[in-house]
Order: sequence, then C-alpha cells, then structure tokens
Amino acid sequence: MPQTDDASRAHPAPPPAGRVPEGVAAPGARLSAEGWGWRHASRTAWAVRGLDLVIEPGERVLLLGASGAGKSTLAHAFAGVLGGADEGEQEGVLTVDGAEPERIRGRVGMLMQDPDSQLVLARVGDDVAFGCENLGVPRAEIWPRVDEALAAVGLDLPLDRSTSELSGGQKQRVALAGVLAMRPGVVLLDEPTANLDPAGVLDVRDAVAELVRSSRATFVVIEHRVDIWLDVVDRVVVLAPGGGVLADGDPHEVLRERGAELARGGVWVPGHDPLEGRSPRPAHPAGARGVPADVLLTGRELAVARVPGVPVASGLDVDVEAGAALALTGPNGAGKTTLALTLAGLILPEGGELAGSVELTRGTAVRRAARRMLARSPLLTSASPFVWRSRDLLTRIGTVFQDPEHQFVSGTVRGELEVGLRVLKLPEAEIAARVMETAGRLRLDHLLTANPYTLSGGEKRRLSVASALVARPSILILDEPTFGQDSRTWAELVLLLAEQVERGTSAVVVTHDRAFIDALADRELVVGAGGVR
Amino acid sequence: MTLLGPVRGTRRIHAINPVAKLTASLLLSVLLLVTIDWVSAAVALVLESILFLWAGLAPRAFFRRTAALWIAAPLAGVTTILYGVPAGQTYLQFGLIHVSDGSIALAVATVLRILAIGLPAVVLFATVDPTDLADGLAQVWHLPSRFVLGALAGIRLVGLFLDDWRQLELARRARGLGDSGRIRRFLNQAFALLVISLRRGSKLATAMEARGFGGDTVRTWARPSPFGGREWLLIAIGAVIGATALTAAVLAGTFRFVIG
Repeated sequence: MPQTDDASRAHPAPPPAGRVPEGVAAPGARLSAEGWGWRHASRTAWAVRGLDLVIEPGERVLLLGASGAGKSTLAHAFAGVLGGADEGEQEGVLTVDGAEPERIRGRVGMLMQDPDSQLVLARVGDDVAFGCENLGVPRAEIWPRVDEALAAVGLDLPLDRSTSELSGGQKQRVALAGVLAMRPGVVLLDEPTANLDPAGVLDVRDAVAELVRSSRATFVVIEHRVDIWLDVVDRVVVLAPGGGVLADGDPHEVLRERGAELARGGVWVPGHDPLEGRSPRPAHPAGARGVPADVLLTGRELAVARVPGVPVASGLDVDVEAGAALALTGPNGAGKTTLALTLAGLILPEGGELAGSVELTRGTAVRRAARRMLARSPLLTSASPFVWRSRDLLTRIGTVFQDPEHQFVSGTVRGELEVGLRVLKLPEAEIAARVMETAGRLRLDHLLTANPYTLSGGEKRRLSVASALVARPSILILDEPTFGQDSRTWAELVLLLAEQVERGTSAVVVTHDRAFIDALADRELVVGAGGVR
Repeated sequence: MTLLGPVRGTRRIHAINPVAKLTASLLLSVLLLVTIDWVSAAVALVLESILFLWAGLAPRAFFRRTAALWIAAPLAGVTTILYGVPAGQTYLQFGLIHVSDGSIALAVATVLRILAIGLPAVVLFATVDPTDLADGLAQVWHLPSRFVLGALAGIRLVGLFLDDWRQLELARRARGLGDSGRIRRFLNQAFALLVISLRRGSKLATAMEARGFGGDTVRTWARPSPFGGREWLLIAIGAVIGATALTAAVLAGTFRFVIG
C-alpha cells in the first residue's frame, strides 16, 4: 500500500490540462540535483552522494553507471517515490522545476523494469486512465487522452482487453501509455526493457523513439544496453560508483573516451566485446573433435504441456549430449521453457518418450508419488527423469530457473549453496570445500552471509547458477540465464558454462540471446509455435 | 471461462451497478435470516428461480458456479437431521445422533435457506467485474479510494501468485528438497511465496505512487458508476422477495424468530 506523505499538504495545481494539440507534448521540466545524496535506512553506505547534475527541459539523457552506482535511486528520487525520512536519509537538494518532487507528482512519469508490477488495473483502457484519475483530470478529458497515449506507443488494442493477456513488450507499452496520458514534463525510464525478449525490446524502443521525436518532455533513460538507445538520446551521463558524475556530454564522445572503462564496469558498449577476444569454446563445435558424444537423455516425439491435456509443443526429437551445449530457441509461447522443464524431470511429458541413458539412470529410484503413474502410463519407465526422486536429480540434472527468486530456499548465500549437498549427505569437509570453490568461482565469496533476496540482479543470477553447479550435475538446464544481465555477468556466464561443457557437462539453454548462442552452443533446436514443428 | 473471472455479456443484468447487486443480496439475506422455517425459504427460492432466467448465466455456467452450494446445502441438511435439537417423534437414536420430527424439519429449512440466500448471491456476483464494483463502492458508497483501489490492485496479483506457487514447487524438486516431508515443504514454499508477494506488492505500490496515486488531489473517476431506476428496481425485487417469504411464513404459522 502506498505511503501517505503528510509533507505534501500544500499541493500545487496538477500539470496543465490545457488542450495541447499533440497530446504528449507537455512542456519539458528541469531536473536538478545539488550536492544530493541518499542512504537507504537499512544500509550503511550511501547509494548516491555529492551529486551535482542539471538536466534542462527537453533534453534526452541516457544515464549510465556500473551496477550499484545509484541510477535507480536517482530516478526514484526525481519521481518522488523514494519515501520519507523513515525510508532513508537525504542530503543536499533535489528538485523538479524548482519544487520538491513529492509535491508535484504527475509532473514526472516513471516506467520501471518489471512489467507485471507496472500495471494496476485489469483492463487496458482503465490502466492507462489510472494516472489521469489520480491527477484529477475531468472524465470527459481522460478518454481522449487514453486514446492518444495508446496511439502514441503504437498499440492498437481494444480498451477492454485484459492486461494479463498481453506480452511483456505490450505490457510495458501500456504502462508507458499510462505515464504519457498524465502528460508529464519528464519521462523517466528505469531499465524498461530488461525483462523483455528481443522483439519486446525493439517494440518499446521504437515507441519511445517515436515519442521523443514528437514530444517536448524531458527524457531520462537508465539502461546498460547502450546500443538500443544511442540513436535516441542526445546526452550521456555516467554516474560514478562512489558518488558524483564520472562523465557527461555528447553520447559518441563519452563512449569514445570512457567506453573501455564503462565496458569493464558491465555496461554494454557498442564495439566492446564483453569476452575481450577470449574464445570460450576452442574446440567448438563438438562435432569438430570427431568423437561421437555420449547421449545422456533422449526425447522422441515428445509432446510437452504446462497444463496437462493442453500440449504447447509436440513431435520434438531431442538428444542431450555430454560435453555439448544445446540451445532451445523459438518465438514466445512456443513451449521452450515447458520443454526445458520437461527435460529437467520436473513436468510430466504429455506424449512421446523421454529417457535417461543407462549411465544417467544408474542409482536412481522411483519416488513414491510416481509409482502408481509408472504402473499406469505406457510412456513412463524407470528411466524417465520425471519419476526419479528429487535428490536423484541433484547430481544428474540441475535446473536454473528464469526468475532466480523462485529457487531460493535459504536465508543466506552459504545456506543456498549447502542445501543440496546436505541432501546428498556429503561429509562436512567436502561440503565446505565445494561451497568455497563454487562461491569463489562465481564471485560470491564475500556475500556468503547475505540474504539471497537482497542481492543485485547479477548476483542473484550467479547464485542461482552456483547453487545448481555445486552439486555437479551431468546436465545443466538454464532458462534465459542472460536476461537483463550486464556485460560483465554475461561474459562470466559464457566462460563458466563453456568450461563446464568442455569438462563433459551437458548444457541445455533456453535463450533469445544470439550472441550467447554463437559463443556457446553446439546445436540449436527451434521450437515452433502451436505445437507444429 | 474461469470460475474467478466475471461473466461478461450485454444483457441488462450485466450493466446493473454492482453496488445494487451487493445491496439486493445483502437485503435478501438479512430478511431470510430473521426466521428459520421451511415455508419462507421455499417461497423465496421459488420466486428467485423464476428470476434466474434473467440472470445472464447459461445453465452450465449457473451450475458450475453454484456447485459448492449444491454440495454444502445437503451436507448441512444431513448434519442437522442427525444432530439437530430433537423434538416430536424420534425415529432413530444412536449416541449423540437423534433423528426426530424436529431435526428433520430443521434440516429441510436449513437446506432451503442456504440455497435461497446463497444462489442469488452467487448469481448476482457472477456478473460483477471487480473494477466496476470498486468504482461503485467509491462513487456510490463513497468508501475511501485509497482503500478500494489498493484492494483492487491486490486482487490482480492473485493470478500471479498462482503461477509463482507452481514455479516454487518445481524449483523445490529441482533443488533436491522434493523428497522431504510434505508439511515442511509446504511451509518453506509458503514462506517463499510470502516474501515474493511482499516484494511484488511494494513494487506495485511504487508504480501506483509514480502515477500520482495517494496524492492530495481530489481523484476523478474515468468510468461513471450510474445508480438509477433499474438499480432501485433490483433492490426492490430483493426486498419484495424477502417480504413475501416472511409474510408467507407468518400466514402459514411456521414463522420462527431466530433470536429467542
């Protein structure tokens, strides 16, 4: 529930509701920070400190900085949603058009990362209208604004379409329309494409680019993928991790001078190879070695379904080979993730056959819950991963979920790494050794006592991979491991997985990331839409 | 069609203000709870059954949505037959079990009453869209918008929780915890869901704030929530059914005031 801000009693007029011919062409606002700093109440270190920055009305700014430089904190501050004194400590002055941001809500519109937490109401039209209602815009004026805003983001949807039926890219554009309908003087975009697939990224980028052309509002975008926004912005500001501004000016100039430094800090800078010329798979592809690979898991005529009885893909033939990486690609909704979770032994195959090799199956037992199923279904055998015990999976098939938070089971990073090893009843010395080794390898050793939920996005991803790897599974299944990752984490993931594959592990990766496929995969399986392939 | 989602359509009942539906079903419930006898409940049920033809629900949807009532009512009836306060002739006695004229009459009254109160409530609410109800509660009843919209936004998250729960379940099996005791696994999973929901909720609250929610400006409403003749008519129908049922019970001499 939002917090009451009792300091904002004296509320100035909402943004001019005059009839601007172009609906989105509210005049731009001026953003200013003077010696500004903010420290979250739960932290000892300042998220931002000593920041002096002025963004003039109508400027289009890309805000960069290594992760942890306080970019999101700054955006939240300008949007007036940082919270009051009990949320943290503030120093210096931060204003929008000379006023405190909390007092002129609606002058600043902000779009954030997670599409599911952006939408408030169940129908598209209602959601876009929500901001206008809060600003007290008269009803007769709201609906024309809604139509205008939806047109401005390039969405041609009925107003009563359910927001939960939209794709990620559509959701973000509906949320953006909701921001625009408020006719803000500033549009802040805080990693608006981090959770989207490549098509969704382009949809949102194009919608924003079009707006930037037609609008007088000030635009500030935070994003670590520079190439997406380079042609849209006319200024780049780089925040320094310790506080203050590292670089500021023309985008191309800043990238020329600071590109290498930014790339090292995790920013995706065009022309800078995150792998820095390292070749992750020297002997790649696997066939080049001339040795036929061991097949660990074989799927024939597989049909997969998330909801039993409703197959999302069928007729799939899959060989999961030791020492090779297989990429699962295809359009959204084609059933890639469902296939991956089926291969992982987590979902019952809807049809066809899926069996582990003799080697992989050795030592497994049928779990109690699956015994009756095994007796009844002609498709299942004791070699089907779905019937194995949960602990059998640990050393055979490790799974890294798309959202790391779904797989956290412990209160500390150390606990997260130990939990599987304890199930395997390894000796304490072995557990300690493996935890230290894996934590060190994934730069988590300084975080062993931290709570997994408090980690940054990149750290969460590394922990989710580490907690699967620590049990040394023969097969590692990963669902969109590079989504929203900075270039440094990306390169680390590629190198780590390549190393595992070279050692004989099999990797199965659901991904949209072409660069990742090129760097790692031996084979690609395109899962077609609608179950036909 | 899911059982949670509202039934949409263009018939008159779909357009009636949800607040009127809420008022009508509350009014009917209160009137039918005044007495506990079979005549009033039967009369109400007969009158309601005629109106269900205009309820905007196909027969299949009607029975799917009211399935719980058709199961609960007979169960309550059987329990009342066996354990109801004995009166009149006793047909069977076994320990605490007494089947008598009194308990049978009470059982029939109970079954009919559950249906007479439950069916119209379910039927009226089947065609209520949560957003429209929130509009009505805020604009017609003038409940605080902060409260109404907060609850409405929360409802939308419920669908996401169901997906989260399934993912959490799969992840626990993948992490080797799927063989442990069911209760322990459930608690671990429930805690994780709680953490994830709180985080999602606070992100949603920030997004709402970023769109000007919770400010001091007097809020406007994009959707009107009209309350006029047909809303009053629906409420009147509820009142008339209730009154007719009570009158019938008094005339038949079966009226039994619940309190005292």
